[in-house]
Amino acid sequence: MPMAQVPSLIPAAPELFMAVMIMAMLMFGVFQKSASAGDEVRTARYVSHLSVAVLALTVLIAVAFSGGRVLVFNELFVTDDFAVFTKVLVLLASAVTILMAQSFLERHKMARFEYPILIAFASLGMMMMISANNLMSLYLGLELQSLSLYVIASFQRDDSRSTEAGLKYFVLGALASGMLLYGSSLIYGFTGTTDFAAITAAVAGDGTHGPGLGVIFGIVFILAGLAFKVSAVPFHMWTPDVYEGAPTPVTAFFAIAPKIAALALFMRVMVGPFGGLLAEWQQIVIFISMASMLLGAFAALNQTNIKRLMAYSSIGHVGYALIGIAAGSKAGIQGVLIYLTIYLAMNLGTFACILCMRRGDQMVEQISDLAGLGKTHKMLALALTIFMFSMAGIPPLAGFIGKLYIFMPAIDAGLYSLAVVGVLASVVSAVYYLRIIKIMYFDDVADSLDRPVEKTIGWVLTLSGLFVVIMTFYPGPILDSAKLAAAALFAG
Amino acid sequence: MLEIGLGHYLTVAAILFTTGIFGIFLNRKNVIIILMSVELMLLAVNINFVAFSAELNDLVGQVFAVFILTVAAAEAAIGLAILVIYFRNRGTIAVEDINMMKG
Repeated sequence: MPMAQVPSLIPAAPELFMAVMIMAMLMFGVFQKSASAGDEVRTARYVSHLSVAVLALTVLIAVAFSGGRVLVFNELFVTDDFAVFTKVLVLLASAVTILMAQSFLERHKMARFEYPILIAFASLGMMMMISANNLMSLYLGLELQSLSLYVIASFQRDDSRSTEAGLKYFVLGALASGMLLYGSSLIYGFTGTTDFAAITAAVAGDGTHGPGLGVIFGIVFILAGLAFKVSAVPFHMWTPDVYEGAPTPVTAFFAIAPKIAALALFMRVMVGPFGGLLAEWQQIVIFISMASMLLGAFAALNQTNIKRLMAYSSIGHVGYALIGIAAGSKAGIQGVLIYLTIYLAMNLGTFACILCMRRGDQMVEQISDLAGLGKTHKMLALALTIFMFSMAGIPPLAGFIGKLYIFMPAIDAGLYSLAVVGVLASVVSAVYYLRIIKIMYFDDVADSLDRPVEKTIGWVLTLSGLFVVIMTFYPGPILDSAKLAAAALFAG
Repeated sequence: MLEIGLGHYLTVAAILFTTGIFGIFLNRKNVIIILMSVELMLLAVNINFVAFSAELNDLVGQVFAVFILTVAAAEAAIGLAILVIYFRNRGTIAVEDINMMKG
């Protein structure tokens, strides 16, 4: 009898591949000669391209080995269609944000090879938390993500706003991790296990009486921790400051990949181990969803900084996504996944536009700096118009489809008030999206923004713009794969 | 003789955890105190895990506690590093001075 068997590593192949490659890139970067500033920039460029290649290969590996639900490492780790779907979204977001960042970093004299490596480490953490099947692996994945994100937020280390953003993010993120852990400890104590399947069985009990108070407290603490990570109201206060302070490519990354990963984790935990307690947590999710949508709509109205505006916008979008989770049905989860896919495209496009906001090689961040863009940069203004219309949810753009597939399950689940608040909030938020369009086309030209738009950014704009426009007319593939992914989540 | 049972451990942990949270929010002086409060919260969670682990006769809780200790060390290192670069830029680590962005 062998003492132990080597587990089959194939289901975790994407994570293993990525972990090994990141270490290799780190070594590569460290041992490159860095005699001059030119050397450092060159190394940074190499590593950045390498890491995009690694992320792309990881997508291929994840898709190639997908199919069915497989558990490995003593059931700490699970891969299923849901994990593959969300991992692909996260990896795409990370790869594109690394591509968009390079020239910004070089202009601001912070092109160091650690940047793509930290983003890759954060993506690795996100993949691990998406695939978590145990409170322990959940925590470790979440921390690998968070610890990398704290460093990335303060990456512009000679800038006081960036370091302040990092410090705020660190303190509040650590608080969130603490709450999540306290909840985990209560769940462990009152169900006797940290494994998701065993928790499901334990909280279901014999069916004669509801879950104990300890379990309920545990769920509330875990919900609070997760709400922090997705920046839902009332745990949103770090978001605007961090988004404003962090360097713009970092903000683009923060707005997309960690949001998608944290929402995937939210779904995994709420539908998986606590799916039987829908009645207990539904009220809480409805509340944070409504509050996020309303705050996202109203607080953004009088913002002048576009990154801060995008922070409130992302709080609102998280509120919409939470509607699907509150519905607690397969259709609801499918809706969230569709919404996240569209959110990815819209935000990549919008941040690509924000990265073009330079004047005399200085970044400008005020919304009023966009004045006259319709005359000076016709294509850029057109792209930003498409993204703003889509974010406001105006048909026939993709944002409308996303909202449609979120609101329908809510109606089916009888959550009428939630759907009504959602529609009202999206009307209010249309005001500030449309205001940006008005400023671009109808306000007088101030100083023109720098030309030309970089090639990489142009590609990102074109592709995400096309996606947003075409999605409505050809939604089949995404609807189908989101449906498969949602079904896989419920199969566990 | 007073028996020390699970309830006592949980109470101590809950008190420490609450102290940690209040330490973060009510502290108006120094960021180092916030870092200490964060550690206090994590250690309170560890007491919870170890107490439950002993009560349930199950090792998973202690394994979890060791993981938390490891991650807490990494977290403290990163927190202090961020604090150092913050101090280099601003020359202060008073909590009330962390106010460049608001609105």
